[in-house]
Amino acid sequence: MSIEIRSLGKRFGNFVALQDINLDIPGGELVALLGPSGCGKTTLLRIIAGMESADTGQVLFAGEEATHLHARERNVGFVFQHYALFRHMSVFENVAFGLRVKARKLRPVESEIRRRVDALLKLVQLDWLADRYPSQLSGGQRQRIALARALAVEPKVLLLDEPFGALDTKVRKELRRWLRRLHDEMHISSVFVTHDQEEALEVADRVVVMNHGRIEQIGSPDEVYSNPASPFVYQFLGNVNVFHSRLHGAWADVERSVPERATSSEAMAFVRPHDIEIEHRPVSGSLQATVQEVHAIGPLVRVELAHGSELIEVELTRDRAAALTLAKGQQVWLKPRQIKVFAAPSGSLEEGGSGI
Amino acid sequence: MPSTRSHPARVLPGFSLSLGCALVYLSLLVLLPLSGLGFKASHLSFYEFWEMATGERALASYRITFGASLLAALINAVFGLIVAWVLVRYSFPGKRLIDALVDLPFALPTAVAGITLATLYSSNGWIGRYAESFGVKVAFTPLGIVVALTFIGLPFVVRTLQPVIEDIEPEVEEAAASLGASRLQTFVRVVFPGLFPALLTGFTLAFSRSIGEYGSVIFIAGNMPLISEITPLLIISKLEQYDVVGATALAVVMLLISFALLLAVNTLQWWAANRHHGNTRPSTGGKP
Repeated sequence: MSIEIRSLGKRFGNFVALQDINLDIPGGELVALLGPSGCGKTTLLRIIAGMESADTGQVLFAGEEATHLHARERNVGFVFQHYALFRHMSVFENVAFGLRVKARKLRPVESEIRRRVDALLKLVQLDWLADRYPSQLSGGQRQRIALARALAVEPKVLLLDEPFGALDTKVRKELRRWLRRLHDEMHISSVFVTHDQEEALEVADRVVVMNHGRIEQIGSPDEVYSNPASPFVYQFLGNVNVFHSRLHGAWADVERSVPERATSSEAMAFVRPHDIEIEHRPVSGSLQATVQEVHAIGPLVRVELAHGSELIEVELTRDRAAALTLAKGQQVWLKPRQIKVFAAPSGSLEEGGSGI
Repeated sequence: MPSTRSHPARVLPGFSLSLGCALVYLSLLVLLPLSGLGFKASHLSFYEFWEMATGERALASYRITFGASLLAALINAVFGLIVAWVLVRYSFPGKRLIDALVDLPFALPTAVAGITLATLYSSNGWIGRYAESFGVKVAFTPLGIVVALTFIGLPFVVRTLQPVIEDIEPEVEEAAASLGASRLQTFVRVVFPGLFPALLTGFTLAFSRSIGEYGSVIFIAGNMPLISEITPLLIISKLEQYDVVGATALAVVMLLISFALLLAVNTLQWWAANRHHGNTRPSTGGKP
């Protein structure tokens, strides 16, 4: 089922939580709301779920007005960061809850409830835990039960608020792949909130990047990563080196290809650490720098270099680092493979061009 | 105590030392005086004891003491739950003041409470005047005893429930709502079962406090034998007539009934608190 959000606004006292949010989520998509804490992503999710009411704007489910519908009438599955399982109920009863509270004429008979709960527990691969209580489960198991509970009422929309936020890295990776598979099997629309860019880029069909109660960019994971619409998106999605163009004469060549308005005013250039090439001798448009630190981190080698008073981070593959044999204090020349320039005036997010 | 969580790290050194300490302390404070009571009572033959403990006046006093205490504790369980819920979940001007007021029955000398209540509820008092016009007499009747016991029992229920209500994540209620549960269903199926053990504890505390209450009751009760005379008062009046043995007999009966009741309620509470955790409860607790 599709979800449409039209010029939504929400304030808490003087704090503007959401401002003029417009978003279309087509049926069957898995969408990530990505942003730093306090950016309004959870508030937006809670408004979609009907747990919070918007000050202005509309929420439409499948084209129908749902703005003032109570949470219990929205038929939305909600998964909380801290699971919110019913502590005094067994796993089975937790999952059965949504079926048991249905009005008498809609409620399935006991044998049907049993069959459906068993099927859901099999789906989340925890049928052997049916008689346990939530306090006896691990975090990952609890979250899978919470998901099974949300799915029991056959929701048209599944909303997840930082679903893997409280879990350790390994379980988190496992669960997000599993969520992706589950989403594809269930044919529902899912929206999940996260502050983890890796999680959003890996799992979602589309990523909505938010900041200060506004949407910064909507796009596929590849789009938002390789073609960020604003300095914020650039900085939020992965590491980045920021150059204030006037200071870096050697790279000025690069920026001449940029439209006049960017170079004439203060401009900022963004380069990802893995988009910088290190050379032993100067090439055209390269920047001189001194090697400060070399760290081997897993499959990558991270090199910290100083250009004047500024620190530049470069990531190399192990092979490349071995070929370069970098040493502390060595003079090298840096050449960006890909660079993106934004006009710097505060607040304005005008886009410059990109190129080599 | 409401919390049954066990912490893996022991703060007090040495299990045997701390257990020993606890037992000696309890013996000095509780067991020794009580066994003295039993010793004194053992001077009586069983027949004499039975005669004294089941006299007409004594039986009536048991009925009024335990009956009024039970009723007061039940009233407190209901309204104390509401007060605790409001104090935890809502913020409103004057909340701190009301929160402090709850403790007043703890601090107020019971005699002062008794006199105040008696004045309020007597036939020309502020409340009693209107109650009387409806034909309800409060002061100097068994109903007055219930009023006094309700007053002194309230903080027990509220203070026991408050931390437990704070511990319930509001998200649990939202989860229930998103699954289609109505407010009533959410309360009955989700919120109340979580509160029940603590409510039972608060009820027990209020109930046991009421059974032993003396000061506030005697001023409002009227103390008419067979109608509004509580057992503690009967014990005092026996002592005043130097009938120590008779007083002891009554005391032993009260002790036995109280102990049996408390044991029953505690067992029920233990059962309610533990049935959901099995015995392999990990130390992570409910919240991460």
